Amino acid sequence: MPAGNGSSSELKDPAVSLLLSRISYLIHLADTNLILAQRNAEWCGHGPVLEQDIAITNISLDLLGQARNFYQYAAAIINIKSDISADKTESEVRSISIPENKKATVTEDSLAYFRTEREFKNLLITELPKVDWAHTILRQFFCSVYQYLLYGQLQKNNDAQLAAIAGKSIKEIIYHVKWSSEWVIRLGDGTEESHKRMVRAIENLWPYTGEFFVPADYENKATTGFDLNSLKQSWLDKVITILEEATLGAALKKMDFIFMQSGGKTGIHTEHMGIILAELQYLQRTYPGAEW
Amino acid sequence: MNQNDQHIIFSKQEKEIWDILETVADPEIPVLSVIDLGIIRKVTLLPATDPGANSVEIFITPTYSGCPAMDAINFDIRLKLAEHGYKNIIVTSILSPAWTTDWMSEAGKEKLKVYGIAPPNPQQIVCDTRLFAESEAIECPLCNSYHTKLISRFGSTACKALYQCQDCKEPFDYFKCH
Repeated sequence: MPAGNGSSSELKDPAVSLLLSRISYLIHLADTNLILAQRNAEWCGHGPVLEQDIAITNISLDLLGQARNFYQYAAAIINIKSDISADKTESEVRSISIPENKKATVTEDSLAYFRTEREFKNLLITELPKVDWAHTILRQFFCSVYQYLLYGQLQKNNDAQLAAIAGKSIKEIIYHVKWSSEWVIRLGDGTEESHKRMVRAIENLWPYTGEFFVPADYENKATTGFDLNSLKQSWLDKVITILEEATLGAALKKMDFIFMQSGGKTGIHTEHMGIILAELQYLQRTYPGAEW
Repeated sequence: MNQNDQHIIFSKQEKEIWDILETVADPEIPVLSVIDLGIIRKVTLLPATDPGANSVEIFITPTYSGCPAMDAINFDIRLKLAEHGYKNIIVTSILSPAWTTDWMSEAGKEKLKVYGIAPPNPQQIVCDTRLFAESEAIECPLCNSYHTKLISRFGSTACKALYQCQDCKEPFDYFKCH
């Protein structure tokens, strides 16, 4: 599937266009969680202390479970859609690359393992390297606060299954927000070294937070029922409160008017994306359908 | 559906199915049955496809989205029912309303404590969003002291947190409210 949204403009049937947008939106939500889960899982066996090694991988597991729920739902819609329409729209949906021997149906696994970099719609911030504990904590904090607000809206969605997944997830996210907030404060207001690392993390990660609130074409069409940009102020309020308590207010102030990166939602990624996919997809690409 | 609701109903066959489900254990906390956990939401008898081929649909809800025990539980439910002659077994996962520890049976909470895991407090106690707050008074499952300390919000499985008793000094798992 091409990276942009050019191909959807030729669709005449608005119902089909809406459906494709909803599929793209579900995949965007799933990809964001899958890639963040993968990055956090890199800490497995390498955490600063055992309890926090377990904490970050528990969060990883929550995110992976949420991603699976979104992928399963997306796959179900794609499969139904493929059955009911035989024309160009099917080829559009089918252009999600599935190897020949797995062609029968789209599954959560085919969506996770057999799409290429340009087909992934995750937020850029999730694919950035884990760097150190400060970067990992700050990214989790930014993302968890965002997800808390986003899923709070999505659990009111007209789509009952999307609302159910969001409602289920938000109970887990509350723990993530609490845990990551505490760590941001602990590190920012900790030692000279931990403070310095948090400042560096803010400088590196802040430019990737703008993308949270700028909807992709499919997000607008998917009628999520709320204005994405309206979450921005609540997000900022929470983030500023915590960063100030962490004595990181001055570092944040320097980020005013900085250029914001974007592109992840439409498949334009950083140079890190190909590498993380190579690791994530290696086994299934080499031995398609392998099980253990 | 929770433990209390279960007593309202039931044909003989439905009762049999609930009894079978009582023997399906949580693979990570084997003292708990899936009924103790509160994840069985509904049991529906389906018309038999052919004589003698009993058909049933079991509705379950996951504890945590990423809980790896769910796949094993799903498999064990099929296995146990198949052992009792059920041929067509459908296990359907439903997400809403989301599972809460309030659905755990009182018997289950007792079993947890005996097993050495502090059972979850009622849900309303947990909803303290203040940071660093330890609003829950968690009772040590060994010496019953409330003088306990949170070590980590995340424990050995998704559903547990790690505590330590300040009196008997024993570290223990707490099945956290959800």
